[in-house]
Amino acid sequence: MFKEKRNLRDAYSSALIELGNKNKDVVVLDADLALSTKTKRFGTVFPDRFFDVGIAEANMMGIAAGLATCGKIVFASTFAVFATGRCYDAIRQSIAYPCLNVKIVATHAGVSVGGDGASHQMLEDIALMRALPNMTVIAPADATEMEDVVPEIANYYGPCYVRIGRADAPVIFEKHGEFKIGKGYILKDGDDVAIIATGTMTAEAIKAGEILKKEGIDAMVVHMPTIKPIDKKVVEKASKTGRIITCEEHTVIGGLGDAIAMAIQRKPTQMHRIGINDVFGESGEAEELLEKYGLTAENIAKVAREMI
Amino acid sequence: MHEEKLVKEIKRTALQIRKWVIESIYRAGSGHPGGSLSIADIIACLYFHEMRHNPKNPKWEDRDRLVLSKGHACPALYAALALSGYFPVDELKNLRKTGHFLQGHPCMRKVPGVDMSTGSLGHGLSVAVGMALAGKIDKKDYRVFVILGDGELQEGEVWEAANSASHFKLDNLIAILDRNGLQIDGPTEEIMHIEPIAWRWRAFGWNVIEIDGHNIEEILDTFHNIKKNGKPTIIVANTIKGKGVSFMEGTLSFHGKAPSHEQYMKAISELEQEERELDV
Repeated sequence: MFKEKRNLRDAYSSALIELGNKNKDVVVLDADLALSTKTKRFGTVFPDRFFDVGIAEANMMGIAAGLATCGKIVFASTFAVFATGRCYDAIRQSIAYPCLNVKIVATHAGVSVGGDGASHQMLEDIALMRALPNMTVIAPADATEMEDVVPEIANYYGPCYVRIGRADAPVIFEKHGEFKIGKGYILKDGDDVAIIATGTMTAEAIKAGEILKKEGIDAMVVHMPTIKPIDKKVVEKASKTGRIITCEEHTVIGGLGDAIAMAIQRKPTQMHRIGINDVFGESGEAEELLEKYGLTAENIAKVAREMI
Repeated sequence: MHEEKLVKEIKRTALQIRKWVIESIYRAGSGHPGGSLSIADIIACLYFHEMRHNPKNPKWEDRDRLVLSKGHACPALYAALALSGYFPVDELKNLRKTGHFLQGHPCMRKVPGVDMSTGSLGHGLSVAVGMALAGKIDKKDYRVFVILGDGELQEGEVWEAANSASHFKLDNLIAILDRNGLQIDGPTEEIMHIEPIAWRWRAFGWNVIEIDGHNIEEILDTFHNIKKNGKPTIIVANTIKGKGVSFMEGTLSFHGKAPSHEQYMKAISELEQEERELDV
C-alpha cells in the first residue's frame, strides 16, 4: 500500500546539511559511526563544524554540552544503544539538568538492527530519555517527517532525543511542514478501537487499520511522533473509543504505552501494549524478528479483534 | 614576579573565601570543607587576577570560563563569585537551603557566574573541551579553566576527554588538578593509584606544570607564563586537604562533613588570626 521506501538516516543527513547552510551555529558530533549515522556527509560539507570524537560516547555528550553553553546548536549522533545506555549519566548531568541545547539523534534503534543481536538492539532508550526532566523525546515514522524534525528541533531551545531505525521505511507522509513538537496525528478516524503508534510501527498501524476495515472494524489510527511531551488531546480522543492499542519497537516498559497510560490516568481506558515484552532481542533478519515479537500489522489486527 | 601588594590582596581574599567556606558549610550542616579549602588559593588567583570576567555581565560571550569539575568544592566557588559581585555575599549563608539558589553542587541555571552544572565526577573536562572547541570555531580568544579533583582521575571519561583535548589541539584549555592526595575512602594511592600523574598527562599530549597550590606567587606566575603551543595545559597543584584550618588539614574526616559549633568557632578564629598576621 505504500508506494516507496526511503531511509531516515539519509533524510537526517540531507536535513542537517540544509540546516547547516542556514544556521552557522549548528555543530555536529559523532563517535566513529559517522558513515552509519550518515553525519559524515555534514562533515564533508562543513569540516569546521563537524567533530568525530572517536569511540568515546560519554565524552561526546560532555563536549556537546560545552559547545551548547557557548551558543551552539549541537547534534550528537551514534547508535541508540550507545547514545543512551552508555551515556545516561553524561546526558543526565551535563545536558538534561542544565537544560542545554543538545539534540541527540540516535540511529539503529529497535530489533530491526537484525543480525548484530541483543547487544546492539536498543529497546529501552525511550524509557531512559523519557524519565529525564527537560528532555523531549521524538520517534519519527518516515523520511519526510525526519526532514521536518531536524529544523523543528533546531528552532526549539532545549535537549531533544530523536530515535530512528536503520532500515528503509515506507513513505507515509507526502507533504512537508506537518511535524510540530508535542503534536499527535489522527491518520484515520474510527470508533471501535484506537491504534496509537510511534516510529517504525506507524506504518504497521496504518496497515492494521486497513485489515480491520475490510472486516468491518472501524479503527482510529494515530501517529504519535512526540512521546514526550505527549499530545493529551489526541490521546483523550482516542480513549473515547474505549480501547487503545499502543505500538512501539521498544520494551513495553516506560515507552509510548506508559506515556499514554499516564495521560489518561484519571479516565482509565482498556489498553494493550504491543512492544517487546521485557526480553532482550536476538540475532536474525529484521522482518523475522519483527514477526517473532509481534510487531506486525497482522498482530495489531489480531489484538484489536480480541479486544472488541 | 608579581607586586607584593597584589599577592597580599589575593592572600586576603583567599582567607575570606576560607572563612565563607567554613561559615556556609557550618550553617548548612553539611558540605565538603576539605576539598573547598584546598582550592581556595587557586580560586582566589583565578577570580581576582587571572580570569577575564565581568560580574555585571555573567553571560559575557568573551569571558574566560571555569568548570568546577569537582563540584562538591562549590562553597569556595560560591564565595569567590559573591566576593566578586555576582550576587550578595549574604546569600552564602543560605547554602543548601530549600528555596534558596546555592545548591549543594553548582547549578548554572540558578547561580549567576557558574559556567557549568557539575557534581557527578568525571564530566567536567569533557564539557571544558566543548567550550574550548567553541572558542576555536568562533576564533575567540577566551580561555577555559577546569578544576579537577585527584580522585576524579579514576573516572574513565576524564581520559577520553584528555585524549580529545590534545587531538583537537586545544591550547585555550587549562586544567588544574587539585592534588590533595585524599579521597572519601582514603589516600588516592591506596584506593586506586593515579601516579605517575605528570607522566600520564604528558603521554596524552598535554603540557604539564607542577606547582605548590598554596603559593600565591607561584600560582600567578604559572598562569601568566602558560604558552600557546597547540597543546592543552594541566597544572598539577600540590595542595593540602582542609588547608588553613589546623584540625582539618590532611584529614579524611572533613571530606564531606560540617564542623560542630566548637570546631566552627576554632576554625574561624584560626583564619582570623592568619588575617591579622597578614597585616603585620
